Amino acid sequence: MNSADRASDMTTSQLGELALRCRRHIVKMIHAAGAGHPGGSLSAIDIIAALYGNQLRFDVENPDWPDRDRFIMSKGHASPAVYSILFEMGFITEDDMMSFRKLGSVCQGHVDMKWTNGVDFSAGSLGMGLSFGLGCALAARMDSSNRDVWVMVGDGEIQEGQFWEAAMAADFHSVGRLNLIVDRNRIQNDDFVEVQMEVGDVGAKLTSFGWDVMEIDGHDMEQVSQAIQWCSSMTASPTAIVAHTIKGKGVSFMEDNPSFHGKAPNDNELVIALEELS
Amino acid sequence: MSAPSTGGASRDGYGSALLRLADDPRVVVLEADLGKSTKSCLFREANPERTVSLGIAEQNMILVGAGMASSGKIPFASTFAIFTERGFEQVRNGVARPGLVLHLCGSHGGIHTGTDGSSAQSIEDLALYRTIPGMTVIHPCDDLSSEELTIQLLDHGRPSYTRTARNKTPRMYDEESCKKLRIGKGSILREGSDVAIIACGVMVSEAIRAAEELSKNGVESTVVDMHTIKPLDTELIDELVQECKGIVTAEDHSVIGGLGSAVSEHVSYRGGVPIRMVGVSDRFGESGEPGELMNLMGITYGDIVDSCESLLS
Repeated sequence: MNSADRASDMTTSQLGELALRCRRHIVKMIHAAGAGHPGGSLSAIDIIAALYGNQLRFDVENPDWPDRDRFIMSKGHASPAVYSILFEMGFITEDDMMSFRKLGSVCQGHVDMKWTNGVDFSAGSLGMGLSFGLGCALAARMDSSNRDVWVMVGDGEIQEGQFWEAAMAADFHSVGRLNLIVDRNRIQNDDFVEVQMEVGDVGAKLTSFGWDVMEIDGHDMEQVSQAIQWCSSMTASPTAIVAHTIKGKGVSFMEDNPSFHGKAPNDNELVIALEELS
Repeated sequence: MSAPSTGGASRDGYGSALLRLADDPRVVVLEADLGKSTKSCLFREANPERTVSLGIAEQNMILVGAGMASSGKIPFASTFAIFTERGFEQVRNGVARPGLVLHLCGSHGGIHTGTDGSSAQSIEDLALYRTIPGMTVIHPCDDLSSEELTIQLLDHGRPSYTRTARNKTPRMYDEESCKKLRIGKGSILREGSDVAIIACGVMVSEAIRAAEELSKNGVESTVVDMHTIKPLDTELIDELVQECKGIVTAEDHSVIGGLGSAVSEHVSYRGGVPIRMVGVSDRFGESGEPGELMNLMGITYGDIVDSCESLLS
């Protein structure tokens, strides 16, 4: 696919089908690897599918195209979500995807721009992605480029102080074309966010930092698409989508279940998951 | 060589270099509220549109630089050496791991920083950055060499850390001789076959003074300005091992992990001559004038002389 002249016009139904295929890839690759993070991949994938399906300008034949839009996956452990969409878009092969976490695989445990075509950031250490995206957006402004930067963070992740350093700086420098998505799935590694360190009203906090914020149901493709359109229309200041999501969305026994933050399904669980995702 | 002339501090050379590099539109400068101290303010005054103030937020500054580097810019970010350490993981994971070319400068390195006290005296920065794969680590000895080596970073193609010093040091180079410097190649300032003194930063002028003292007693020494700690000029060290009876290293840095460690690691692999390290022992500094602190820490020219004599005895 050459999406250099975006945007395409997938319907919300088609985007939903794309996300469903990605969900199947996610559970299959994590099962094959015997390790990985299904919960946060499944909570994020509807938004990621909508972005890649309709919004981002990229060129599979030229992954380093300087004026491509950037997608900065700051919650790098949700790498299966990224690999699933990169496979669907044609950046990587099915073999690549299914070699996730294996020695020599282009699909490293956490997303890594050095290893994978189509990946714009090397993540794995939380709290860094918004800063990186801010740097991308500042560079784009200096170049008078209209490329957009999209950054996805987890809600547990914004406990990191660096995230708020970046949020403050983005407003101070009035950086447009910088769009943040907070995957508000309410669960982090050890337990629910409210147990570990409640992050509270994320939208209000970002608003107080000078951001324009929209809150949506991150699994309602109509709302997701509208929010993406809204962000892309706001080119003079930073915007954020607080996406209320369900960790493990689509697989009943993973939904809202902290134990599937970072655990692979076993053989039996894979069968059930794929049945539910058919 | 001629007698050292009085120059500026190595941080002044860094600032001058940034100003010269401004002709390249890819160059951007990032600051964390210490531009007046690191001397990036010179670039800011001339090129405000390519200077980004990130406030007192070093972790953010480093990753903003990484993002800009991924977008075709050549960022030069600076703060105090000690505050770069706050962003160590950011440098490791966000810059060096993906191989993004960000040039980080830590000024006010070492106990030479003086009266600000131990919180400001980074004595471990060279050790930290030396452990990161693909990272170049530089510590110039005077303003002119600092300017020249910073200029060379423009086409270096790898992430780097440069430590500069707060205070003025004697010039070891002039406008012509500094042009011969190359990143990764040690600079021989004096030649003698008894002992080799390998120094960096503010200790280079101490090493020259030590060599002059030793010469009065009939001991002739080679003095190397090892401005690049990584990649280390192992070829030159191998030659010194062949030619001299021993090596003394000198640095305003902990003896754990810095220049002395780097030289020792190499010589221990290759086999060779005895080594003595002049540096800060495993302790923190305190407030005081630079000269007082160098005496207290045992990193004066006299300590280099003592180490050379002990090594040869």
